[in-house]
Amino acid sequence: MSVILTDEQQAILDGSKGSTMAKVMKTLVMFGEAFGAEKMVPVTSKYNHLVTSFGLGVLQPVYDLMNTLIEAGVKSGQKFSADPRPCDPNVPKNFLQNLIFNKFMYNKQDFYENQLQQLGLMDKDAFTCTCYMDEVGNKPNMGDVLSWSESSAVVYANSVLGARCNRNSGIMDIMGSIVGYVPYFGLLTDEGRKATWIIKIETEKKPEAQLLGSAIGMKVMEDVPFVKGLDKWLGTELTDEACTYLKDFGAATASNGAVGLYHIENLTPEAKLQGEKILADNVREYVIDDAELERVKNNYPIVWKDKNAKPKLCFIGCPHMSLRQLKDWTDRVEASLKKYGNKKVVIPTVFTAAPGVLKEFNKTSYAARLKNTGVVTSYVCPLMYMNNPLCSKMPVITSSNKLRTYTTARYYTDDEILVQITKGGNR
Amino acid sequence: MKEFKGRVVTPGTASATAVVSHGGFNTLASFQKSLQFGDKQAKCGDPNNPDLYGKPLAGVALCLPQTIGSTTGGLVLYCACAMKKQPACMLFANHIDSLAASGAVLAEVWIDDVTMPVIDCLGNEFLDYVKTGMKITVKEDGTVVVD
Repeated sequence: MSVILTDEQQAILDGSKGSTMAKVMKTLVMFGEAFGAEKMVPVTSKYNHLVTSFGLGVLQPVYDLMNTLIEAGVKSGQKFSADPRPCDPNVPKNFLQNLIFNKFMYNKQDFYENQLQQLGLMDKDAFTCTCYMDEVGNKPNMGDVLSWSESSAVVYANSVLGARCNRNSGIMDIMGSIVGYVPYFGLLTDEGRKATWIIKIETEKKPEAQLLGSAIGMKVMEDVPFVKGLDKWLGTELTDEACTYLKDFGAATASNGAVGLYHIENLTPEAKLQGEKILADNVREYVIDDAELERVKNNYPIVWKDKNAKPKLCFIGCPHMSLRQLKDWTDRVEASLKKYGNKKVVIPTVFTAAPGVLKEFNKTSYAARLKNTGVVTSYVCPLMYMNNPLCSKMPVITSSNKLRTYTTARYYTDDEILVQITKGGNR
Repeated sequence: MKEFKGRVVTPGTASATAVVSHGGFNTLASFQKSLQFGDKQAKCGDPNNPDLYGKPLAGVALCLPQTIGSTTGGLVLYCACAMKKQPACMLFANHIDSLAASGAVLAEVWIDDVTMPVIDCLGNEFLDYVKTGMKITVKEDGTVVVD
């Protein structure tokens, strides 16, 4: 094996901590070898984050593997959060959907949550894709080495927080936590964090976060982009507003492409520290103006059977909304309802956020105001909600480019969504 | 007939019909529906991938630049292998990405009775040359023969 191990790591690989731990180490070493990793480095974050949160009957091989780990007595060295739950009674669904969700699709949910608790779940409600929110408490420090998965969380941790994490897959994430080491390659290294693309933003208005992220993701795939000209719209400080924008932008870069790290000139920490020194040699360039964003948007396939169907559900919050977003959307929905002479949203609408964020939101006066508009809040994962034949046939609209990518949901910009849910029409 | 030499990520030999994706292969979007609803052919469910949408993925020689999308990708590939719905082999034009590598390695280490040779770094010329329907043979040393 090309990865040079310390005596302790070699002993684990040789079975000093049992055969299951040896297989976990072997998995990580082989993973590192695929990328020419020369060594394993300690995981230094306080908490881990796992992408797998759903007790989907069909993922039995995953639960079998987790059982193997539990029975062998190996545990995560770190507590961890996990992605959102797939079901929530708050989300509108009919009798048949309810039956299918609970009796068939997610019939392993309780079983799997029990497994997660045995392996080290932070707390019973630590289910969100935005674990890095202050209200959740899994926020790594700059320079921390992580063994996280969840593409939107990884790209946020790398780009906005300056932590170091590869785009780990589910299962591989917890293995790093169990052994306490991850292979040193890619986004863990200084070289791997250099930008290989310059993206020039030349739009006349603030680009839609989820659309801009989509355009960049589809262009650069897994490379590291250095975005110039966005500070004109976001400023040069990581305010709540800027972080919320970057959360949605990053999720789209990661799901429409495979971006694990981006740098925003004069804004994100490494771009601020290093400026253009963070550029690799021979960078490529991609210019984005309003026409390019329109072109990207118009090329999204519409997979509804009836392209003119009246939307039956709207999801906002993939990735989960921030507290700031919930408040802003409350103001916007109220104002728009007033403008169009409606009292309640005309399409059933669900805003999703982390349980911790919802708890804080519910302490504010905004919660009652939002409830009055008819919008429902939930901790659910919209993606998991949509992944079944009943929901996939439903005309669902969203402003999430991640949800669009993985489901039949149709993408609209935030402004277009607002009109649809408060006025109707505009299809 | 043309031969290409790549790097062995997980070893093995295979002989299968090529199915080619010129865009990034979104593992979750491609496999989720078929795994969830028992499609034995594992037909690709990703409408964003016009090369593959609706085509069987089980037992084929999947030729691709790299995988993209959700970090569930590796475990989805692992599940496909455990459920015997995996491609006969995966042939990457580029260097393998971290999600596909995770799935391939997890299957190699944790599943006893599955072989899915994975070869990467085959180059853009490979993806330019190979067409869906061509016959592919993968040799132990990472040689890929396209017929």
